[in-house]
Amino acid sequence: MLWITCPTCGERPVSEFRFGGELPHVPDSIIDADAHNLDWVWMQNNVDGITTERWFHVAGCRRWLTLRRDTSTDRVV
Amino acid sequence: MNEFVETLLDLTWHEPKKSYDVVIIGAGGHGLATAWNLATKHGITNVAVLEANYIGSGNTGRNTTIIRANYGIPESVRFYQRSLDLYRALEGETGCSIVHSTKGLLWLAHTESGMRAERARALMNQACGAETVMITPEEALELCPQLDLSGGGRYPVLGASYHPGGATARHDRVVWAYAQGAMRQGVHVVPHTPVVGLLRDGERVVGVQTSSGPISAGVVLSAVGGRVTTVAAMADLRLPIRTHPLQALVTNAYAPGFGPIVASSELLCYVSQTGRGQMLMGAEFDSQPSYSMQSSYEFLQTVSTRMIHMLPFLRNLRILRQWAGICDISPDYSPIMGFTGVEGLLITTGWGTWGFKAIPAGGEAMAELIATGVTPKLIAAFGLSRFAADHAMADQGSAGTR
Repeated sequence: MLWITCPTCGERPVSEFRFGGELPHVPDSIIDADAHNLDWVWMQNNVDGITTERWFHVAGCRRWLTLRRDTSTDRVV
Repeated sequence: MNEFVETLLDLTWHEPKKSYDVVIIGAGGHGLATAWNLATKHGITNVAVLEANYIGSGNTGRNTTIIRANYGIPESVRFYQRSLDLYRALEGETGCSIVHSTKGLLWLAHTESGMRAERARALMNQACGAETVMITPEEALELCPQLDLSGGGRYPVLGASYHPGGATARHDRVVWAYAQGAMRQGVHVVPHTPVVGLLRDGERVVGVQTSSGPISAGVVLSAVGGRVTTVAAMADLRLPIRTHPLQALVTNAYAPGFGPIVASSELLCYVSQTGRGQMLMGAEFDSQPSYSMQSSYEFLQTVSTRMIHMLPFLRNLRILRQWAGICDISPDYSPIMGFTGVEGLLITTGWGTWGFKAIPAGGEAMAELIATGVTPKLIAAFGLSRFAADHAMADQGSAGTR
């Protein structure tokens, strides 16, 4: 199981957290304003590897945190 | 077992040629069903289906084999009803047994709001041509005598929506039936050949780069389950897809027999009995995206606790196996099928979770699209362009048990 270290509460199981999505990152090649908005709202990198994402500690301090996780192993890096 | 051995299939693998009219990435249910439809319905046989592993090794071999059409939006109900009908006819059409069995699906409601949701589902399904009716707790007990109507005192059964067409089929056999049918028409199925890149001519996709060399293609279709983002990224295409693991488990055999498929959208779990008598259970997908196929003790704990509220006899069974499969999940839980905006590249993905119940209709529609160049009406609402047009097809009746 995935364990997440919350800056306030310490190491807690993933079931205490709510996944908040990867940090949106629109590629520099997208210049058009509408295409930029579309990408920002909907598109995902969804990489098989290291990703930077937001989590909400819903059953703890109820604060947001940012962490880097390897999606190929489901471990925090 | 004898029936199984006697009807073992004739599958001969091919060395890929240098060029095809259509190259399909992923020899799972969707890829092979598309190839079979192309060959048998449209006469397009210069087709290759490339698979990184063995055929059906992805989500087609990992799902919980449930076929149903009781979805939450009209477009999905029509699409999955078509699939349900095609599954019924598949044995006759391919001449292969897929161990199809119509069992009926009970969708339990434990609260007044749950009852409202199920009533709405039943009425909407009937309006769109799928058979779903509301039944009382007593009628549910007749269909499934093992039910605890008090829900362990905590989740009382107030009623249920009943979907008599709900069925199961042997998932590997579906793959083999389509593979054999397609091969007989001259389609090449090439296992153990991962696609590592796409060949480009300017913006256009003109073929695939595989582990055993380049193959040029008139059209490339991605029918992969679990890694569509990787394929799309090869064409610099970004998708609104997250890849989540979904887990399942089977217990040892339950001798008295268990008739229907039972699900609960409030407890978020479902159960059916396999041909071998094992109880096959699943729940919702893992909250965080991941490509790891590790299943968890937490899942066993959660799903067992919930199941026992509905079906107390399950507490006496033992868990034999558990597994996970990685599902490409769209933000509105509806499929993304058709043109991508990149010329020469088509996708079919995001069919709820593992996508088993969408195989026949998905294959039929994608084959028609490739053959005619026109998006069939059945999947017109499921284009990738719906996100830009602000027409997301949110369907909570779709993914997992929701």
